[in-house]
Amino acid sequence: MEAVDKKKAAAFWGLFALIFALVPAAGNDYYLTIANRILVWGMFAVAFNMLFGVTGMLSFGQALFSGLGGYGVGMTVKYLGKAWFLPGLGLGVIAAALVAYLLGYLIIRAGGVFFTILTLAFGQLAWQITFRWYNVTGGDDGIQGLVPPGILSNRVVYYYFCLVLVLGSIWFLRRLADSPQGLVLRCVRQNPSRVRFLGRRVRRNQRRVYLISSVFAALAGGLMAGIDSSIHTNMLNWTTSGQVILMSVLGGIHQFFGPFIGAGVIMIIEDVVGARTEYWSLIIGLVMMTMVLAFPRGLVGEFALLKARLKWRALERAERS
Amino acid sequence: MDISFLIVQFISGLTMATLLFLVASGLTLIFGVGGVFNFAHGSFYMLGAYLAYTFVAGTHLNFWVAVLAAAVGAGILGMLAESLFLRRIYGRAEEEGFQILLTYSFILIIDDLVKLVWGTEYKSLSRPAGFGGSLIWGDITLPTYNLAIIGVGLLVVVGAWLVLSRTRPGRIARATALDRETMGMLGVNVPLTMTVVFGIATALGGLTGALAAPLRSVTPGAGIEVIIDALIVVVLGGMGNFWGAWLAALLLGEVNAVAVATVPEWASLFSYLVMVVTLIFKPEGLFAPRQVRKV
Repeated sequence: MEAVDKKKAAAFWGLFALIFALVPAAGNDYYLTIANRILVWGMFAVAFNMLFGVTGMLSFGQALFSGLGGYGVGMTVKYLGKAWFLPGLGLGVIAAALVAYLLGYLIIRAGGVFFTILTLAFGQLAWQITFRWYNVTGGDDGIQGLVPPGILSNRVVYYYFCLVLVLGSIWFLRRLADSPQGLVLRCVRQNPSRVRFLGRRVRRNQRRVYLISSVFAALAGGLMAGIDSSIHTNMLNWTTSGQVILMSVLGGIHQFFGPFIGAGVIMIIEDVVGARTEYWSLIIGLVMMTMVLAFPRGLVGEFALLKARLKWRALERAERS
Repeated sequence: MDISFLIVQFISGLTMATLLFLVASGLTLIFGVGGVFNFAHGSFYMLGAYLAYTFVAGTHLNFWVAVLAAAVGAGILGMLAESLFLRRIYGRAEEEGFQILLTYSFILIIDDLVKLVWGTEYKSLSRPAGFGGSLIWGDITLPTYNLAIIGVGLLVVVGAWLVLSRTRPGRIARATALDRETMGMLGVNVPLTMTVVFGIATALGGLTGALAAPLRSVTPGAGIEVIIDALIVVVLGGMGNFWGAWLAALLLGEVNAVAVATVPEWASLFSYLVMVVTLIFKPEGLFAPRQVRKV
């Protein structure tokens, strides 16, 4: 059984990598950008879901970290020059790790709704500072012209660069989710007191996953800066946090790849509909409401359930005949 | 820095504190009684402001009647939202998260519905007749409308406290907060209670929005700014703690008044600053009782 699972997993990863690796072959810059966005947002959503779906911590402030990643790139390039794109990416990720480490101590003491409130408040604090500190951050104008240096300035090369980083990150997160550590995180969601009985520390585990999730959020933000060649304060706004939550809920929070699928669907809907309507928030609001009320398992979760039901029915029929 | 300047600033801070408390009280009421976290509370505040604008500009109602009507309108919309949508997810596994997500979808939807109905441009509402001027004693200039807001706020606080502590519906609400199941067995219509309390909470939000409309211009998207301020109040005061919320609102209102007078550009950061300091030294909230929640 195990061997079959392993083969299945290998086939899945192979197919996943292959599909995205073939996109540049279409030779269309527009599709390339969309595929790149799906990859990066997908990683962001999967990392966010380690917090929400796995550990049960609904953060409404992950934009703080994607913003740190983006501004890490933006500020270093702005002040030190184009060649500093990659060090800037690293700097943003390190900054996010530091902030997440400190914030973790500050806000994880508060459980449940309070965690959500405080993540939102700190996210908005960072947004306000960036927005108002015009001399340093460029405020509402953002920072433009963030072209990656050297060979990375080629869109296709940059795409493959992102693909490798995203695949590596998602593979790491998958390993983490399936590891004993991941099991503890799931237990933290389902029954914190039991976790304590077992001699594990609830808050320490929560801080750990908060840190990990935030680091990948920052990586996503930094990569995004390269895709758009610019950064903007909107990256830090709470709507970005809401977007990544929506992706996870749409795809399914209790499925590892649900958020990735959700990211893909949202990116495509945004591309098809977003340009034609000024009522984008009404659309995503209705999507969110529909998912919460009618399909709480998300697209992938409901699909898996449907598949299981059909299989079960087929088995039943086979038994009768 | 003379004494009259301080008094003027104090009253301006008190006005803001009153508005903050009024919003936060609705939020904390429905959380305390129903265990519902209404992320969209700020959107009902915004609806209240827009409704008041329509009643005054469109139907030429008296300002105070319009404010009352706006509160009732926000209350009715809140009751609809609760009974049509929120009620469906009570008791679901991991309900808390889904409550936040569902009320978040309310924010998004209400934001755009407001744009559809009222357009995107700023709306402004003038102060009611008789409250346009200021009281002047020597150097001290106090806008009468601010004093009126403080008065209305006091009325609402005392009224709400009386209803909650002295009347039968108030007792039912408090008992429901403690034990919903037992209240159901005692013959109380718990779902109806929840709907009504949710309506009262959103009406408080709408009332505040309507009262604040002459001071701040009415814009779509105001919901989220308001909710964050209200949430900070609730975090500082302790969720479900009526008087704690009042003290926290007072603190934030005054801090904000001082900040606006000294560093207006960065004033909006000061509420966050208070929150951060509080979290470092007293994470359970400034006025929460000692033995609270240990999750």
